[in-house]
Amino acid sequence: MKTKWKPRHIEETIMKILMIFSFSLIIGSLGWILFTILIKGLPSLSWAMLTQTPKGGYYLGKEGGILNAIVGSLYLAAGGTILAVLIAFPTALFLSVYVNKKRWAVIVRLSLDILWGIPSIVYGAFGFLLMLAMGLRASLLGGIITLAFLEFPIMTRAMDEIIQRIPPDLPLAAYALGSTHFETALHVITRQVIPGLLTAVLLAFGRAIGDAASVLFTAGYTDHIPTSLSQPVASLPLAVFFQLATPYPEVQNRAYASALILTILVLGVSILSRWISYHLDRYSIR
Amino acid sequence: MYSNEPHIETNGLNAYYGNIQALKNISIVIPRKQITMIIGPSGCGKTSLLKCLNRFFELSPNTSVTGEVLTDGENIYNPSIDITEIRKKAGLLAQRPYPLPMSIYDNVAYGIRIHHTRPRREMDHWVQHYLEIAGLWEEVKDRLHSPANNLSIGQQQRLCLARGLAVEPEIILGDEPTSALDPISAQNIESRLLDLKSQYTIILVTHILRQARRLADYVIFMYLGEVIEAGLAEQVFNHPQHERTQAYLSGVF
Amino acid sequence: MSKVLTNNQTISNVHRNNQPITQKRNRLDKIVHNSLLAISSLPILFALAIFLALWFRAYPILQVHSFIELISGTVWKPLKGLFGFYPFIVGTGWVTLVAIIIAVPICILTTLYLSEYAGVWAQRLVKPILDLLAAIPSVVYGVWGILVIVPMVKNYAVPLFQPLGNVFPIFMSKNPTGYSILAGGLVLAVMITPFIISIAYEVLQTVPAGLRQASLALGTTRWQTIKYVVLPVSSGGIFASVVLGCSRALGETMAVLMVVGNMVQIPHSIFDSAYPLPALIANNYGEMMSIPMYDSALMTGALILMVMILILNIFSVLILRHILIEPH
Repeated sequence: MKTKWKPRHIEETIMKILMIFSFSLIIGSLGWILFTILIKGLPSLSWAMLTQTPKGGYYLGKEGGILNAIVGSLYLAAGGTILAVLIAFPTALFLSVYVNKKRWAVIVRLSLDILWGIPSIVYGAFGFLLMLAMGLRASLLGGIITLAFLEFPIMTRAMDEIIQRIPPDLPLAAYALGSTHFETALHVITRQVIPGLLTAVLLAFGRAIGDAASVLFTAGYTDHIPTSLSQPVASLPLAVFFQLATPYPEVQNRAYASALILTILVLGVSILSRWISYHLDRYSIR
Repeated sequence: MYSNEPHIETNGLNAYYGNIQALKNISIVIPRKQITMIIGPSGCGKTSLLKCLNRFFELSPNTSVTGEVLTDGENIYNPSIDITEIRKKAGLLAQRPYPLPMSIYDNVAYGIRIHHTRPRREMDHWVQHYLEIAGLWEEVKDRLHSPANNLSIGQQQRLCLARGLAVEPEIILGDEPTSALDPISAQNIESRLLDLKSQYTIILVTHILRQARRLADYVIFMYLGEVIEAGLAEQVFNHPQHERTQAYLSGVF
Repeated sequence: MSKVLTNNQTISNVHRNNQPITQKRNRLDKIVHNSLLAISSLPILFALAIFLALWFRAYPILQVHSFIELISGTVWKPLKGLFGFYPFIVGTGWVTLVAIIIAVPICILTTLYLSEYAGVWAQRLVKPILDLLAAIPSVVYGVWGILVIVPMVKNYAVPLFQPLGNVFPIFMSKNPTGYSILAGGLVLAVMITPFIISIAYEVLQTVPAGLRQASLALGTTRWQTIKYVVLPVSSGGIFASVVLGCSRALGETMAVLMVVGNMVQIPHSIFDSAYPLPALIANNYGEMMSIPMYDSALMTGALILMVMILILNIFSVLILRHILIEPH
């Protein structure tokens, strides 16, 4: 009974080693990415980069910073997120509270899945076409609209999933007290899922900050911080991309620093959303 | 106390789900080639005890076990022991049948192939043999290669019995094996088990007292994780020593 | 009052007689219901709008050249009016295939480890890790690719596989830069990992514990149970998760664009550079629009890309809906 090393145990041990190896490979790549960005980005990271817009000759290695891109990205992502929330929340609410499981919900969810799968470059192209049709040039507004399209399916799917997780008895209890659908949705369900909804919003917000392909044609790029919706706007991912494309090592180093800023921003959002779902969820009924 | 020699003994067995103690200092003896039934109200630890006998208890997350379980004198909680051998020796009939996602034939052949207990060329013969023991052969002999999931639930449970017997266990553990079945299928399983006790040590968990009266040679009565009373079925049922046992048997709880 | 009353009417009439407030509340409910219904049709409209917009933009070139002609054409010379998509489609395929080949075994092994072996600690650890991997922007992956993967391909992978090149042409190296299909595939492989793992994990969680136990009870090792029971029942869902990963890989733009070399050619080796479709669009759209048909050609590229992705996406979504949302 104690002869432990039969072929099947050897096979299992080999597979287990491979599994643990794969798992560590994945943890390792995350560490590797973060480590690389940190090591390459940190030396060039300076206060000036965070607080100044590019001065003349910035792209030749002279002074300045990427405040334009930081602010631009925040503008773009915030605008896109607000726009997306306006349609994502009602859609998710309707799907999960009103027509959950009915055919309409199936169709809408399928199209959300389709939208979710459309790559951001296609959203970028679509956004550009939309702007042409509306007579807009590459601008903050154009970028915001395109990002809203990109964020909408991400946000709606996350919200839908969260609202669906509410125990079905809870709305039923509200209906039993004579509440209408809308009252139930507003008072009982919304209150219950606010932390989850915030998580969904932050998820989409983070995705919007990091997305480059969709703002490439639609938001343009500028060294100034825009003062109106119709002005072009810089964004962090494109700042990384353009600085990296210059032949000057100085500027390339700043690209790494910009990548570090972008990474910190996005991971910060991701961690914040995790924190929210972890800490605020405790106050809702499971 | 027991006429048959002991097959399994537990000494000071404790089992925990996290901080909750499911089994408290269990020391029992289970005789060879008899039917021993574990009875008691739900939540008393019957199933936990059963699952400790083939080291299934530890499959749930966050569990721990102390004490020892001796099968043929060997502690199955010895860290150097081969768990697969333990489980081969003690087959389990679960509450609900779970046919493996393959044909009827392959379900029975599965264990034989894994443990190489029979030569490959005799496989047809042994598959038939175990299906016959389980009383399923006549019903499935024409569709051995159709998916096992197509069987009725009663047939599935007998298939699970055949599948379990095919690895040649010495012990059959049954966790309320008839509770998901219709009365006729349940009766069918019961009569199989009675046939099998001449060759196997059978340990069954049940919450049906009448079933225990029908089948048991020995009875273990548990309450809140402790063994209150254990002994010959006749004795426990007719002359229970402990007042809790009396109360349970008379249907107070 | 009409003779035929539906249930609803009867009820609201009762309310109307008794409680005027209820009537108001119900009317509000009705208005809200209808506006929500309208809003919820937006996803369908958006999907249609995107498809139609691309279609109309692509239409001019599709009138001049047939679709087959475009996707089988090997020459891309916009100035001469030659728009052959074949190199780009093949390039997209190569990069995606390399990514999938690298990612799939690692993802499946990791998922199996997490779902079948790992303790609670690993499961707790992995969720944030996957979240972070999914959250890292594409451009950052690109930077990592340039800093780490490209030099690695150039300095280690090429010399290592060079000897094999004579036997297996896919390892032949004529490109000394490291900006190659392999580099793109490696970066992509990391990027699609979180998608494949999180879905495959969900799929494995739908395998009933009783089924695993039925096999374990016969004295099999966990690995045997995985091999003979868990994988066969979940293979459809795992396949769907891979297909979904594939569709993510197809559309990924910036990270791949930064490391893949972007040369219009039909690649023959994993060390050749390639020019995937998304990179083509990203690099050229919005510029040089004066060239006739150029814009239309690029939109055709976007359309081809989208159709490829849609097919994979719908396929996997339908399988997964069946497994995850309507379990038998």
